[in-house]
Amino acid sequence: MIGVRGSEMSALFGFAERQLYVYKRYWVWEVVWLFYSIVSVLSIGFLASGLSSLGAGGGSFDLRKAQLYLLIGALLWGYLSLVFMEAAYAIAWERWEGTIEYTFMAPVRRVTHLMGICLFAIVYGLGRTFIVLLVAIAIFDIDFSHADIAGALVVLAASMAPLIGLAILTSVLPLLSPQKGEQMSFAVQGFMLLVSGVYYPLTVLPWPLELAGYASPLTYALAGMRSSLLQGATAADQLPTVAILLGMGVVLIPLGFAVFTWAERRAKRLGLLKRSG
Amino acid sequence: MSSPAIEIRGVRKAFRRRERESGAPWWRRGWKDKVALHELDLTVEPGGVTGILGPNGSGKSTLIRILGTLLTPDAGTAKVFGCDVVTDALQVRRHVNRVSVEAAFFKELSPWENMVYASRLYGNTSRQTRRRVIEILDLLGLSKDVVDQPMKQLSRGQQQKVAIARSFLTAPSLLLMDEPTTGLDPRSKKEVQAVLDTLRAEREITVLLCTHDMDEAAALCDRVLMLDGGHVLADGTPDELCARHGAGTLEDVFMQMTGKTLEADEAEEVTL
Repeated sequence: MIGVRGSEMSALFGFAERQLYVYKRYWVWEVVWLFYSIVSVLSIGFLASGLSSLGAGGGSFDLRKAQLYLLIGALLWGYLSLVFMEAAYAIAWERWEGTIEYTFMAPVRRVTHLMGICLFAIVYGLGRTFIVLLVAIAIFDIDFSHADIAGALVVLAASMAPLIGLAILTSVLPLLSPQKGEQMSFAVQGFMLLVSGVYYPLTVLPWPLELAGYASPLTYALAGMRSSLLQGATAADQLPTVAILLGMGVVLIPLGFAVFTWAERRAKRLGLLKRSG
Repeated sequence: MSSPAIEIRGVRKAFRRRERESGAPWWRRGWKDKVALHELDLTVEPGGVTGILGPNGSGKSTLIRILGTLLTPDAGTAKVFGCDVVTDALQVRRHVNRVSVEAAFFKELSPWENMVYASRLYGNTSRQTRRRVIEILDLLGLSKDVVDQPMKQLSRGQQQKVAIARSFLTAPSLLLMDEPTTGLDPRSKKEVQAVLDTLRAEREITVLLCTHDMDEAAALCDRVLMLDGGHVLADGTPDELCARHGAGTLEDVFMQMTGKTLEADEAEEVTL
């Protein structure tokens, strides 16, 4: 007989393993999504290449640097948005399959449930992004000789904390509104793309959006990764960025769980768990 | 002295809906409470099969969901083996599993994958699981070939058997069965009933069986509660109820008490 902690660990890997089984069965979809990710990143890379024929290559404008700037944005956005949506869809997915009541009846803490989904999303996202990165390197001859990979990885790891918190907050939406929750998750993702400096610096945004950008953890994740990959910022240089990201995580993860707990209680009071249409 | 398997005191549950009065303009919609369960008292001692009989909308599924910690009662307390379903929900879930009318699975996954997942949620390892899955499915009359096929390729009867196997895999002390044979063909229905009979004979388990199949209730239940409109109409063994009302079958008892048959009331289930 294993203890409560062993039981929670078993469940944690159970959620991750279930996601693996689901992805294996839907492998054609995954091939399509991988293709889409590659095409998206390549499009952004070629967009940068095409800037010179539009007359943007003169003066101090460094086309090569611009291309790398955009490619890093596209690659990271692909990864971060995948992790975000996987976690945010934890509830929506169970609604589609009709298993939500069984999952909520299982003797598992909600933190274990959601962390299990996030664990799989992080591992899967890293794998998929690595493949896209290899294709991008092959096509655009990307030079990472000046990059500090360790610094970039430290930022990437730290960015997981606020991202998971944000994703848990978003996963509440299908619990609050079975009919509109999924679409609202997309709206949140789209807004983050707009304000987080994925393809442009925040300074080009109107001030209300710029302000929203400073509140987005993705802004700091992207800025930190770019400074390591483009300017060679070391792990030590990244400490302020890491501190901001972890600080945001410390706020967002407990906030996410608190809001999720409230939404779960509300759904049980109003009988919203079963409704799927 | 051990706690009752189920102890319910004054549990009430209503669902709030926005409704428009007939003929009222579309923008004038008011909130209305639809009561699914009126103040309910119920004690079920460990062991045996207790049947909850009633038509759609009688409050059966609401009761099951409250005991499964999927709904919180508006008033009163409900306890499973002494644990409160609201304040001690995690502990309750360790005791309970459920088989519902729709065999809820990840349809693209195989029975094996679905059962490994369920098993992990209840703290078992996959190494322990494979042997038990084969054993239970064999007991249910499902061949080994079925184990690795996607659930969507199985018949309703096969899916329902896998649902029962899944619930037994987690060794619950209280099994909530919400119309487990509804929609099955007569042969599958008999097979599922036989499996339930066999399994309850083999292990110490309390079963709460919701059904509107009176023959099934008479065959499987040690005790029967009749529910209608969220009220308990009758409580006793099938023989007691028939004797008390001078009726030949439970269906006749229900008709005498309500003036309607179970099939006649096909109103939408109150629990959404």
